[in-house]
Amino acid sequence: MPTSWILLILAALGIVAFYVSRARAIGSVDGDARRLHSLPIYYGLNGAMTALVPALLLLAVWLVVQPTLLDRSILSDLPDSAIPEGSTPGLVMGDVRRVADGVEQGFAFNQFGTRDLSSLNTEAVGEILSAGGTALGTPLTADVLSAAVDYWQARVVLSWIMAAAVIGIALIGTAWAIRKSQGEFRARNVVEKGVLILLMAAASIAILTTLGIVLSMLFETMNFFRQYSWTEFFFNLTWKPSFSGRGGASELGILPLLWGTLYISFIALIVAVPIGLFAAIYLSEYAGKRFRSIAKPLIEILAGIPTIVYGLFALVTVGPLLRDAFASPLGLGNSASSVMTAGLVMGIMLIPFVSSLSDDIINAVPQAMRDGSLGLGATQSETIRQVIVPAALPGIVGAVLLAASRAIGETMIVVLGAGAAARLDLNPFEAMTTVTVKIVSQLTGDTDFASPETLVAFALGLTLFVITLGLNVLALFIVRKYREQYE
Amino acid sequence: MTDVTAAGPTGAGKGSLLNQDDRTGKRNRAEGRFKMYGLIAVCIGIGMLVLLLISILSNGLSSFQQTTLRIQVDLPEDKLDKSGVRDPSVMSKVTTFGYAPLLRDGLVATLAANGIETELSDKDVAELISDESVAQLRNRVLANPDVIGTTIEVNALASGRIDGYYKDRVTMASAERDSNISPEQLQLADRLKEAGLLGTSFNWLFFTAPDASDTRPEAAGLGVAILGSLYMMLIVLVLALPIGVAASIYLEEFAPQNRWTDLIEVNISNLAAVPSIVFGILGLAIFINFAGLPQSAPIVGGLVLTLMTLPTIIIATRAALKAVPPSIRDAALGLGASKMQSVFHHVLPLAMPGILTGTIIGLAQALGETAPLLLIGMVAFVREYPDSPLDGGFFDPATALPVQIFNWTQRSDPAFVERASGAIIVLLLFLLVMNLTAIFLRRKFERRW
Repeated sequence: MPTSWILLILAALGIVAFYVSRARAIGSVDGDARRLHSLPIYYGLNGAMTALVPALLLLAVWLVVQPTLLDRSILSDLPDSAIPEGSTPGLVMGDVRRVADGVEQGFAFNQFGTRDLSSLNTEAVGEILSAGGTALGTPLTADVLSAAVDYWQARVVLSWIMAAAVIGIALIGTAWAIRKSQGEFRARNVVEKGVLILLMAAASIAILTTLGIVLSMLFETMNFFRQYSWTEFFFNLTWKPSFSGRGGASELGILPLLWGTLYISFIALIVAVPIGLFAAIYLSEYAGKRFRSIAKPLIEILAGIPTIVYGLFALVTVGPLLRDAFASPLGLGNSASSVMTAGLVMGIMLIPFVSSLSDDIINAVPQAMRDGSLGLGATQSETIRQVIVPAALPGIVGAVLLAASRAIGETMIVVLGAGAAARLDLNPFEAMTTVTVKIVSQLTGDTDFASPETLVAFALGLTLFVITLGLNVLALFIVRKYREQYE
Repeated sequence: MTDVTAAGPTGAGKGSLLNQDDRTGKRNRAEGRFKMYGLIAVCIGIGMLVLLLISILSNGLSSFQQTTLRIQVDLPEDKLDKSGVRDPSVMSKVTTFGYAPLLRDGLVATLAANGIETELSDKDVAELISDESVAQLRNRVLANPDVIGTTIEVNALASGRIDGYYKDRVTMASAERDSNISPEQLQLADRLKEAGLLGTSFNWLFFTAPDASDTRPEAAGLGVAILGSLYMMLIVLVLALPIGVAASIYLEEFAPQNRWTDLIEVNISNLAAVPSIVFGILGLAIFINFAGLPQSAPIVGGLVLTLMTLPTIIIATRAALKAVPPSIRDAALGLGASKMQSVFHHVLPLAMPGILTGTIIGLAQALGETAPLLLIGMVAFVREYPDSPLDGGFFDPATALPVQIFNWTQRSDPAFVERASGAIIVLLLFLLVMNLTAIFLRRKFERRW
């Protein structure tokens, strides 16, 4: 039975439970709703909730767990000889699943000319599969076919058992709720408790996400370090993945990538911090109200522009401009994609980030400090340099750290502007590459999750996550600490 | 006091306060310089915005115009439908190779009919027409078999180089060096234009057509990408708004001060700053490799973007809830409402404009996001439109606007840079509309307490 049908039946049951529970509650007090403990709607809601929540939970858990368990049991029945050399159980399982889908289709349209499962042979099924456009990793073998038939049948049986279990639980819930629906029953309390749990679950998704990020990267990173030594990864000075030969042939040192990342981020910060800071100072201390109300949103538009737009700007405009105006005449290289290109454009992207954060922080400095300084005869710029900026310094450092974390994790600008060559070099007009660029290039296209060349992306991702997390935590700590000072 | 003034460093009679001494002048000049630096910084910021927009507009605006050729094409029955039954399933045996000569002959005949002479071979003449036009002609005939045996007028797409010639991307000089086009062909195009057979018009196909292969930039469109982005935004809206609002209500109204609440808070503020590409890795590892969802599908993209947008929505919603004054809650509680009722009946409706504004801004952010989508396979070349969501369209391969832009930047033909810039204009327009809606909502419904 398809899942959508189960959902429809559940929805119908929920509606029935709602109305019957409500009617029964009202009936139990002879239609005088004032004698109910809660408003009638709460009895209805309680009915629907009791009917649906356990059933939906069961359905969700079943849908997640069933494929894993089924795969495992089918694979354990598969003889070792069914897995050809150079293939993995995962690939064979993929074939089994595709063949099972094909067999199901074949029976649905009666293409085999028979309903007898044992009469299936590999040639006939193979033909029908290829006619249907299904491509298999390896030629169909008898083992795979019988596993596929088992798989298909188990899937059908399991789906019926699931439907029965889910709908059964929903029915029990409905009956239970209707029975409980009496005037004395504290329906509102129960419903509110349920809603509270729901709210709490929604809030906990943030934790689940973090957990998912860390665990998914951690597992694959451990896989990677089983195939590739971690000292090589962290200390090797070359990045040279080879996709032809498995293992040993690749050199996957993170240092050239980290160098590129930090170099580009450094240039970006050199651009963004002074401009952003001065803009924030001007807008909060000097600019008139009208100028501020126009200029501030305009600068903040820069923050709303997607990074792919900056990437194209770097690729089409800034890169060729820098090459023709500086790099080629100075003999520093003739590549349009360079550290400078990516750094400059990323700096532009970060201007609003630095300026709006600094703006907040400068505005948080108490007016009394300004007044005191001005009252002693300092000019406005002296006040800013010697009173406001020192007072706001921790916050500004926090803002710069947040900007640095953004720069390190930025992807599209460097993918389009920085180039793909991993090198340790000081020349800013040379193409270099970053951690994020390599994550993208190792994980797009054909990927083989057993080879270190693909798995290295997870190690890179984890490194990136740890670095940015550290910067963020440090920045938030500094900002928070500073805020407490004046509050 | 008088003593101090009299014995001050400036001394008496050295000048009035209105005359600057050297030191004051220096300080005032420093003041002026400092102010100037600030102004320059603001101007650089705004100047960069202007430069960015000019660069995108100047590269991309031309993609909204498309050069087409008006050709009379004969559709002989013996070539297209030998059986004569006009059955599309039989006629579809004639591939585009069968249609290409018709279009070529049509163009040559049209030239002759208008008195345009050329020394180019028929094959060179046919190169003026995009390969895609042949497929379009075939689709048109298959959709309406009755036109066979007649002569129809076809608005054929000009090839990418001809199109580029009228957009100043291709010149006579560059055509000399180009193996795909020759100056003679460009001259022929000019004469066709004089005869009124070649012209530019608004490029509707750009918004509806799917992507095209590397050699046919003139036919590439955003249809699949816009649809894919729309699907993903739907998923994000349906998932992120309720979850985000529920989470915010819990944290703002119900959460007790304990370790668990602290943990959630720390997690949300950190997730807001995690690089977007990390969410792509999460999507690849959890949704595709572990849960077995299909690659390139809007459902996976939507889920990843939901997780990415949640912190934004939660932060905005909490601010909106916080802005509702406690007196509202107290009044509701005082009249006998439960805590839950006071929140859902009174606080939430009052916070709704703020929540919607935050949601729209979160959606806009998600719409422009590229990096995580690259990792979950949205960068694939997809020519088929996904089905409607009711037929499982969320699981069909699709691409998204920003990914399509990235995809086009990776192609060698410079015509794709024009397309990519055009697509960016479309993307920015979407973002502009969304942000204006958010501003409008805020202006219209926001209440100051």
